[in-house]
This record gives sequence, C-alpha cells and structure tokens, in this order.
Amino acid sequence: MRREPPPSGAPVLLSVKGLTKYYPVRQGILPHPVGLIRAVDGVDFTLHRGETLGLVGESGCGKSTVGRQIVGLETPTAGEILLNGQTLAEGLRRGQRIGHIRMQMVFQDTFSSLNPRKRIGDILGAPMLYHGLVTHDTVWAEVDRLLELVGLPHNASNRYPHEFSGGQRQRVGIARALSLRPELIVCDEPVSALDVSIQAQILNLIRDLQSELGLTYLFIGHGLAAVNYVSDRIAVMYLGKIVEIAPAAEIFSSPQHPYTKALCDAAPVPDPTERDRERLVLVGEIPSSMEPPTGCRFHPRCPFATERCHQEEPALCYRTGADEAHLTACHFADSLLKEGAGSPT
Amino acid sequence: MMRYIIKRILIAIPVLIGITMLDYLIMSLAGSPLAMMQGPRVSQAAVEAKALQLGLTQPIYIQYFTWLGQLLHGNWGYSIKTYQPVWEMISQNLGPTLLLVGVSLILGFVIAVPAGVYSATHQYTKGDYAAVTLSFLGTSIPSFFLSLILVYVFTVVLGWLPSGGMTTLGTGGDFWDVVRHMLMPTAVLTASFAGSNIRYIRSSMLEILQQDYLRTAKAKGIGRFLTINKHAMRNALLPIITVISMQIPMLIGGAVVVEQVFSWPGLGLLTMTAIMNRDYPVIMGVSLLSGLIVLLGNLLADILYAVVDPTIQLK
Amino acid sequence: MAKHSKQTLEEQNRSYLSTIGRRFMRHKLGVISLYFLCTLLLLALLAPWITPYAPNKLVGKFSSPPSAQFLLGTDQVGRDVLTRLLYATRISLLVGFASTAIATAIGVVLGLVSGYFGGWVDMIIMRFTDMVMSFPYILLVLVAAAIFQPGLWNIILILGFVDWPGVARLVRGNVLSLRETAFVQADVVAGMPTRHTLFSEILPNTIAPILVYATSVVALSILDEAALSFLGMGVQPPTASLGNMLNGAQSITILTTKAWLWVPPGVLIILLVLSINFIGDALRDAVDPRNIRQ
Repeated sequence: MRREPPPSGAPVLLSVKGLTKYYPVRQGILPHPVGLIRAVDGVDFTLHRGETLGLVGESGCGKSTVGRQIVGLETPTAGEILLNGQTLAEGLRRGQRIGHIRMQMVFQDTFSSLNPRKRIGDILGAPMLYHGLVTHDTVWAEVDRLLELVGLPHNASNRYPHEFSGGQRQRVGIARALSLRPELIVCDEPVSALDVSIQAQILNLIRDLQSELGLTYLFIGHGLAAVNYVSDRIAVMYLGKIVEIAPAAEIFSSPQHPYTKALCDAAPVPDPTERDRERLVLVGEIPSSMEPPTGCRFHPRCPFATERCHQEEPALCYRTGADEAHLTACHFADSLLKEGAGSPT
Repeated sequence: MMRYIIKRILIAIPVLIGITMLDYLIMSLAGSPLAMMQGPRVSQAAVEAKALQLGLTQPIYIQYFTWLGQLLHGNWGYSIKTYQPVWEMISQNLGPTLLLVGVSLILGFVIAVPAGVYSATHQYTKGDYAAVTLSFLGTSIPSFFLSLILVYVFTVVLGWLPSGGMTTLGTGGDFWDVVRHMLMPTAVLTASFAGSNIRYIRSSMLEILQQDYLRTAKAKGIGRFLTINKHAMRNALLPIITVISMQIPMLIGGAVVVEQVFSWPGLGLLTMTAIMNRDYPVIMGVSLLSGLIVLLGNLLADILYAVVDPTIQLK
Repeated sequence: MAKHSKQTLEEQNRSYLSTIGRRFMRHKLGVISLYFLCTLLLLALLAPWITPYAPNKLVGKFSSPPSAQFLLGTDQVGRDVLTRLLYATRISLLVGFASTAIATAIGVVLGLVSGYFGGWVDMIIMRFTDMVMSFPYILLVLVAAAIFQPGLWNIILILGFVDWPGVARLVRGNVLSLRETAFVQADVVAGMPTRHTLFSEILPNTIAPILVYATSVVALSILDEAALSFLGMGVQPPTASLGNMLNGAQSITILTTKAWLWVPPGVLIILLVLSINFIGDALRDAVDPRNIRQ
C-alpha cells in the first residue's frame, strides 16, 4: 500500500554530485599509504522535498558512508553536497543555521545511540536548549510534545535508556532527530537491529511522521523489503557506485540492472506457488574495494558480462524505452529490458 | 618478526631522545649541565676562560648537543664530592643494585604467578583469601617500615642476620656472606612486588577463565589441568607481561629506599647520597641511566609480547 | 534540568549512582574501611581542638614512655607523640588527596584531548606520557625534591606532576572507544560544541574507572610522601609527618628500646593505606560495567 508520492515538481532539497570517499591504507615500518579503500566512488543523486529516497545495497557497498558524509560525520574526499542549491559553507556565510543542523540522523544501534548516563529528557532537551530553539521554561513542554509524536509516554523523560526496549529507544532516536527541526533526516539502517515485529512498527512511525510533518528522508538499508516500504524512489549501490535508481515500484516491476534483479529475486515471497520461480543468483563474493574490477564493477559476478563490460565502465543514465526517472548503469540495460531478464544470452 | 622488532626500536628512539632531553632540562634548573661535566677541580676562573672553548656561552640547545656528545664519549661528568668520574661511580654501584632488583624480580614473579593462578582457579577458598590478604598487605606496608620491622626481629631480637651493608666488614665477602646480607632487603622488595602482582594476575586469570572458549574446551572433555595451563596461560601471560614491565620503574625506585635503610652499596644509595649532597653530576647520570634501563625493560617486554602472541604484530 | 525528576527518582531509585552505592555496601571490608577512613578524617580535621597538646611544643621529658599524661609518650625532644601522630595524619591525608586531585585533573584533560582529537596531538601527548612514565618514579620525585627545596606544598605539586600519566592513559583508552559510539556521533551531528561532547557525554561515562584508579593513586601518594619524609626529602621537621616520625628509628637504640616512637606511625600508615585499598577494591567491583546493565 503505497502512500501518496509528493507532487511532481517539488523543489530539490538535496543534491549530491560526484560524492567520493577514499580511505588510505597504511602499512609498513614507517606507515605509508599503500592503497586506497574506495568506499564511495562518484555518487550522484537528487532528493526532492517531501520524498523518501531509499539507498540499498550489500554490506560494504558504501551506503552508510554516503549517509555519514551528508550529515557531516565524514569529510568527502571529493564531490559536492548541496542543500537547497547551496553548499554548506555558503549557507553558513549567508547567516543561515549551521548546515549540519538542517540535516539529522537516526542511527542503527539503539544500544549505543543514547548516552546511558543521561535521562531521556536531558538527551532530547540539551541540543534544543543549546541552539536556542527553546528556553528553560519551554523545554519540558517541547520534550513532551516530541515524546507524544513518537508514541512514548511523558514520564519517559525521567527515565534512563536502559529501562527501555530496543524499539522504544529507536523512537527516542527518532524524536531526537526531529527535535532540531531538520529539513532532511538520514536514516542509517534504523530497523536492522530490531526484532521483525518491531521493525514494522518503527517503519510505520517513520512513514506517518513524514505525512504529518512533511519530512524528507534518505533511508539507508540492506533489506529491499523494508526500504521499499517507506521509499518513493530507490537507489541501488554496489561497491561504491549507484548502479540503478528508479521509482520504487519500478525497481520491483522492471529492474534493469542484473544486480537489482538478483536483489529483488532474493527477497522472500510469501506465495508458495512462487517457490520455484526463476531467480537470478549471483556467483562469487564482493571484491575488495581497494582494487575494484576494471570496467563495470559488477562484471565478475554478472551472468551477462561481455568483453565490453570488462573494459568500459557504464554510465548511470536513462535508457531508451524506460521511464525518464529510471537510470541504470549497465551496457545492456536496453536489451535486457526488452528480453525480460532471466536467462543469459 | 624482525620488522616488528625494528619498528619497536624505532619507536623507542624518540622516547630515548626525549629522556635525555627531559634529564637535561631538569638538570638545567639546577645549573648548566655542561658546566657540571667539567668537574669541580677546575676553578671558576679557568672554567670561564675555557667557557668559549667548551661552548658554555652557546644557547641552551647547542649546549644540549655538546652535552649529548660528551655522554656518548663516555664523559658523564665528575662528582662534586669525590671528584670521581660519574661513569666510574655508576658502574661500581650498578652491580649490587642489579643483583638486588634482579633477584627480587624473579622471586616476586615465582611467588606471584602461582599464587595468582591458584587464587583465580580456587576462588573463595581459604587459599584465595590468604593470597589476596597477603597481596593487600604487600602493597600497603611501606617498604621502610617493613625493613625496620625485619631488622628488629632478625637482627636485634634473633641476631640471625646483619642489619646492613653487602658484606661483613673485614671479611672478603664470600657467597654466603652476601646472601645473608641480601636476605632482608630482597624480602622487602619481593614483598611489595609480589603483592601488587598477585592481584593483577588473579583478576586477569579470572577474566580469561570466564571466557567462552575455555568453556568449550572443558565441554570437549579436555582435563581441567590442561585447559588451564595450556589455553589460559598463554592469554593470561599478556597482561602479566605488561604489568610486570610497568613495575620495573617502581622496583628501581623501591630499591632506593631499601638500599638506604640497609646501607646496600647500590645505585639507590649512590643517588640518595648525591641528593643529600646536591651532587648534581651524579644525580644527572643516575637518572639518565635509570631511564635507559626502564626503556630497555619496556622494549624487552614488547618483544616478549610478540613471542607469546604473534597477532600483536598486526596491531 | 533535573527539577522535573525528583519524585520519580525517589519512587524508582534506579539511578546509576545508587546502583553503585548499593553494590558497594555489599563488600564488608570496603564498608568497614570507609567508616574507618571517615573517622580518621574527622579526627584529623578536628585535631586542633581535640589534641591535649600542641604538636611542636616541648611539653615533657625527652623520650619518656607512654603514661597517663602522654598516652603515647614523648619523642626525642619532648613533644607529645599522640598529638604529633594526629597532626601527621592530617598531613598525610592532605598530601594524598591533594596530589591525587592535581594528577587526576591533569591526566583527565590530557587524556580527553589526546583520545578525542587523535592525530598529531595524540601522538605528541602519548610520547610525552611515555617519557614521564619511563623515569623511575621515585627518582623523578627525588630529583625534583633536590632541585626545588623539599616542603609540604612542593611535595604535593611534585607528586601531582608525576602521577598523571597513568590517569591519562586510562582516560585516553576509554575516550577512544567512546568516541565511536552513536551517541557521541549524534552530538556531532546535532552541532553540539566539542566541550559539551567531551565533558557532558564522554567524561561521565569514564568517571567510574577514573575513580577506582584514583583510589590507588591516593594510596600510592601517601606511601610516597611517607617514604620521602622518611628519607628527609619530604615534609621537613618540625612539622610532623608519619614518615619523618619514623626517621629516628634508623638508630638501633630507638629501634630497640623506644618502640612507641616508631611503631604507631608505621601502623597508622599501614591502616590508612590498607583501608584506601579496600575501598578501591570494593569500588572496582561495584562499578564493573558487566554487572551494571540490567
């Protein structure tokens, strides 16, 4: 059941161009760089106000790093992050609120995301007080309002994190992200560490809050099902690059990239008649991000790979015959689309 | 393995230089270390005349390098009191201290490790409580007080052991004579050393014993004795090595007090006398030497670490 | 920000501090030691009012044994030993706590900075810490005492400046692991200033191990001051210190015949240090993080 997507033509809130993050690897007696881990290698996408972009991929593909760079926890090696068309530095110059405050994050680990020595009320209230969003008189009312918004009782503000369950702690994490009235919230695998039954609750909360408050999300996850539930568009990442980006429904109905197809096929389907459906199963393991394969990074595991795939890296672009909003990085996206990918040529 | 050792040595070098600099800086608070090296026999006028030649008019950092150069040539200065070359005095007194400290180290180790292991494996038994009590006592009794008590009991009351010195005056000083003189000071040093270590060993053994992989070994049916001794010991050895190497500075320091009380002719006594007399060249030399010994001790510990746990080289 | 919470605290009583307190109370030795220490502290603080004589006045015959008039006898120059003992305890406690406070303050700041900022700052601070740690402790203290004249406040400062490396190492280690936790990163994302993150988020989470370590530093400082004073490099006479009261025992006559001169100070040092060690041990068990979480 899909909620109403934002009206088309909504302004672009976040624009990411050529985002890159390399980590040097040092070795030797006098440590010197011997190689680079290319965690994120040239990522572009835009995020419109009010929409949710899902970012999905295997562990190590760089999706968390993208999120962290956006909120400022990591400094990009190259590339631009534009919020409302301005870089963060520019925004500061023009006297706007510090760029980071306009973007907040919900973390994956509910155990460590809240300071165990502080009460919930302190955790939620301190940043608001510091940034002058509330005064000492109004802070408690605001904390109560936030708690209400995420479905927690008012007396939670007196208690300590260890007194709550994982799902409840994540609600606090969401409340904290909301407290500074951000324009964008990056959710870094917010439900991956929770029990399945709780996952649904939190995902619903995230969706409802979006409708209520008109939030914009970048939702990072590794399970396609969860990401699909909250996202309007989905971007699939592999080894530091985006391989496909499209409206959520199309990712499932007509995936163009072989990797996406494999991910979709891997998602369990509750229908027993589908048990023997044809699936695209990948071979091999993810290569090291220090020495990514030449040409298309996916080619060693791709059942359709040809010589061209080995040599030439495909660009992420719109393929004829598909929706304009649907971009793929594969040389054969067109032909695969036409044939209905399923078996190698 | 060699690469790891080289790496450790390379890291130790800046610390070594730092130690010399620290020593130099501290001594310059008392005067010019370079001047102190000249020896007191030289009159003040002569010193001033040679000042230019000796480089005493140069700024401090240049003096430092000259001083360093002198050190490397074997000139560690001359004592203000006895006019002896400091290096000579140090080498004379080094032996007795090494003897005392070395034996205490080994004895302390021999006592602490089995006691700590026993204590950890037999928790809450009388033996455990006894070991822990001894450990607490060992670290809470000031060494000089213990020395006094021992002297009272063994010299004054029982008359078994001599109260001071390394050998009995007049005799040549045979092996047993030295041993008799050594018993009490060694006992004091060993007591404090073993005391602090029993607790460390006990707690690190406890931690390791609780780990899952040991439970697996027991479940597999490997005998308790083997389990403990083979699997646990190797891992327990690591913190033991750290802690013991960290205590070497303390041992050398502890020796100072003990040597004073027992008039043991070692570096500690030398230092105390020098300090009482404000004999700065000697003080300078001794502090430098002890810094070096400690550094070497740490280096040795690092290497031992790597032998026991090869994975440490990857960190 | 805490006014909201008074009632709930009393109802539930689940705060961190009270958990530690409860678990501390389970250690009999620790509790006994705590009472002992507090009694001693009280006696020491009230010394000027409860001692029968002044500590430096000559009030009796030289070296007279304990009697009704002088409960612990008089020393070589005729001062009341019991009075001096009490005053000496004041000194020892003062030195112990003051130097530990200095060492802890220095160590905490350096450890926080070193661990949080990493990079060059970390390397420089750590190398410096290594250097200071490499010097045999007593030597450093003795040398410093030789250059700067010995005296009460000099001793406190010297011990404080020599004891901080252990604290710094400990704090740095904790900061390194805490730095990567999500709640610290949430602070960064929320734009909170670094000083808030360091002192309001990280520090409270390392206070427990710092406290435990600090107790051992106090014990060590007291022992060191005693040793220094015994050697004549610490607190100078006529001020009484537990260490310099033992100084006279180096002569065989005093050792053998005048036990009241040297046994009481020695025993008192032992009791003092022992009780601090027991408290520290009980504290260590009480704050063990493995048992704190529900």
